[in-house]
Amino acid sequence: MRQATLLALSFALLMASIAGARTPASVNDVAVLDGMARNLSEYRFFVLPQTQAPARDVHPYALSTPLWSDGADKLRFIYLPQGTRLTADGEGLLQFPVGAAIIKTFAFGEGADRRLIETRVLLHRADGWTALPYRWNDEQTEATLALTGGRVELVTPAGEAISYAIPNKNQCKGCHAKDGAVIPIGPKARNLSASWLGDMAKAGWLDHVPDGADTLPDWRAHATGAAAPLARAYLDVNCAHCHQPGGAASNSGLDLRWEQDGDHAVGIMKRPVAAGRGAGVHDFSILPGQPDRSILLYRMNSAEPGIAMPELGKSSIDKQGVAVVRRWIAEMEAK
Amino acid sequence: MNRLALAAVLLTSVGGWTAAPLVAETLRVEPGEGAGERLQEALILAAPGDVIELGAGRFALTDGLSLDVDGVTVRGAGMDTTVLDFTGQQGAGEGLLVTSDNVTLRDFAVENPKGDGIKSKGADQIIYHGLRVEWTGGPKASNGAYGIYPVESMNVLVQDNYVRGASDAGIYVGQSENIIVRRNRVFENVAGIEIENSNHAEVTENLATRNTGGILVFDLPGLPKVGGGSVLIARNAVIDNNTDNFAPEGNIVASVPAGTGVMVMANRQVHIQQNALVNNGTAHILLTVYSRDFSDERYEPRPVDILVSGNIYGRAGFAPDIPGGADLTSALGGDLPAIITDGRHQDLKVWDLQPVLSLGLTEMRQAFDQANPAVTVPDIPQIFPPVASLSVSLPKEMEARLK
Repeated sequence: MRQATLLALSFALLMASIAGARTPASVNDVAVLDGMARNLSEYRFFVLPQTQAPARDVHPYALSTPLWSDGADKLRFIYLPQGTRLTADGEGLLQFPVGAAIIKTFAFGEGADRRLIETRVLLHRADGWTALPYRWNDEQTEATLALTGGRVELVTPAGEAISYAIPNKNQCKGCHAKDGAVIPIGPKARNLSASWLGDMAKAGWLDHVPDGADTLPDWRAHATGAAAPLARAYLDVNCAHCHQPGGAASNSGLDLRWEQDGDHAVGIMKRPVAAGRGAGVHDFSILPGQPDRSILLYRMNSAEPGIAMPELGKSSIDKQGVAVVRRWIAEMEAK
Repeated sequence: MNRLALAAVLLTSVGGWTAAPLVAETLRVEPGEGAGERLQEALILAAPGDVIELGAGRFALTDGLSLDVDGVTVRGAGMDTTVLDFTGQQGAGEGLLVTSDNVTLRDFAVENPKGDGIKSKGADQIIYHGLRVEWTGGPKASNGAYGIYPVESMNVLVQDNYVRGASDAGIYVGQSENIIVRRNRVFENVAGIEIENSNHAEVTENLATRNTGGILVFDLPGLPKVGGGSVLIARNAVIDNNTDNFAPEGNIVASVPAGTGVMVMANRQVHIQQNALVNNGTAHILLTVYSRDFSDERYEPRPVDILVSGNIYGRAGFAPDIPGGADLTSALGGDLPAIITDGRHQDLKVWDLQPVLSLGLTEMRQAFDQANPAVTVPDIPQIFPPVASLSVSLPKEMEARLK
């Protein structure tokens, strides 16, 4: 299976080079398909690592409602080997061919002050997805494999000095595992723009533009947009990878996926199960009309380990997210 | 060359790396500089069958640890000797998280984690043995919820551990099947031991003392797994569980009265046998329905098919922490009976010479203050009919791992 894939890929690469390489930089498919490259540069995802200028066949993308990570600026890319393409699956996760990779770089600071902190790669191999974290050096010339994660002292865009946590390999799986297998989270058709999907389809990198594009609201309208769709999109993107059946927090019974339409399942009048002091002094995940008596908001609005949600990838409070969810709960008719 | 060194070499070389050792190895991790990273690295690079040996001393940890490799043993030098100290923890919801099968955790301590102590989720055939999980400041609402916390697992053995200070349950087994909780000591937790939404559990030979409630058997609606039952509570010492409830409000255990020995809420088929029940101020045995709203058709809110027999009874009911408790005490002219039911149970068999106080509630949503109390003397059969054995057998391989 793996050999056949490698052969097919080698063939595709050969054809591509015969066709006259458009740029000399091409991704190292061997590194994508096997092993754990020690340095990020070995994959050759970027022409110029410092600027994050992507190599050939590495496609930048953005999400309508992104996952919040202490305010980090995120640079997202999908790599597709020549001769392969994405397959749309309704509004859900795009299906990736073996040999594809998803690359996400986390940066803080604007313009010349921008510093790359870490790059996480998801590599689609014959035996499934592999998630690996890479940490950038101080010189910003290279990122090295950080299997055990790490901590970086930095100041967030909101001006808070935090100890930013780079996840370890297991923690990658903590968010990306469903029913025991690692899967991507972000690139669902509903969270991608119709124009990006259209461009990808036109260029032959996507089989067709699925229904569902532009479904999640554009988070840039968080301050003024309708609260319910924004809040549900936020919870889907930030919480539902754990809080869904088969996810890491399945035992809580809380299901925050966009498509979940049961009131109790999304937390309305739902009592806590194993929240411990995370419950604060509150009785329900969401008490309609009462954001300040809702456990869900209480935990979003904390940065204290043991109380704070999400448990990983958060060292400070997302004030925008809190404001939107607060507005949503406040608007609910009190019971 | 040990595997860590080998992996390091392979990682620096161009080639791939495969986690398929021919022989199981022992990876030794000592406390000291960078212990957290070294330990987490060992937990990631371990291969099935490996033993991670923790040296004696104190490991100062700033982040939660996790293990996701099947068949690994993590072993310290003893629960008082090897200490994973999470006092300075900055992230993660628990001290140690296990998500793989056939794991053995033994002979070390976890101190002052910010959330739960050791959690295992979907981790079948897990063994917790000779561990200490302790919030060293004693009972506080700011302590983590659970000490030892297996959930959504099949075949669980929790034996010879010590847990103190949990603001929910010292040992909590949730949404699991085939469980033995044996010979543990649980001190000064809200619940000493709690079996929740689980089936086929044996809680035997434990010492539960100075908790709010000693041993709880609960079933809650609206969870992926409901319908808990077939639980044996036997040969435990449940003594002096009178600590004020210090659970954060909102949690179900925050409703447990101080002075509770064994409490059953919902569940089908629970046997409470041959325990020593001493000096629990509300009741040695308390049976209640789940009286809150629910909309889960699978759910049975009553305790059904409960057997109480062969227990030894010390003093109880001298400080009932239930609504109207003081009135009941004065009405009855002294201590309340050792066994209290809210009246909404089904098929309760008491084969001990103990009066039973029923609060006489009949409707599911009635509150305790609508009680219509009555004391009855149980009708004990001359010859006990045979009862189903609720003893639990685990795969032989599991007990063999402790040899």
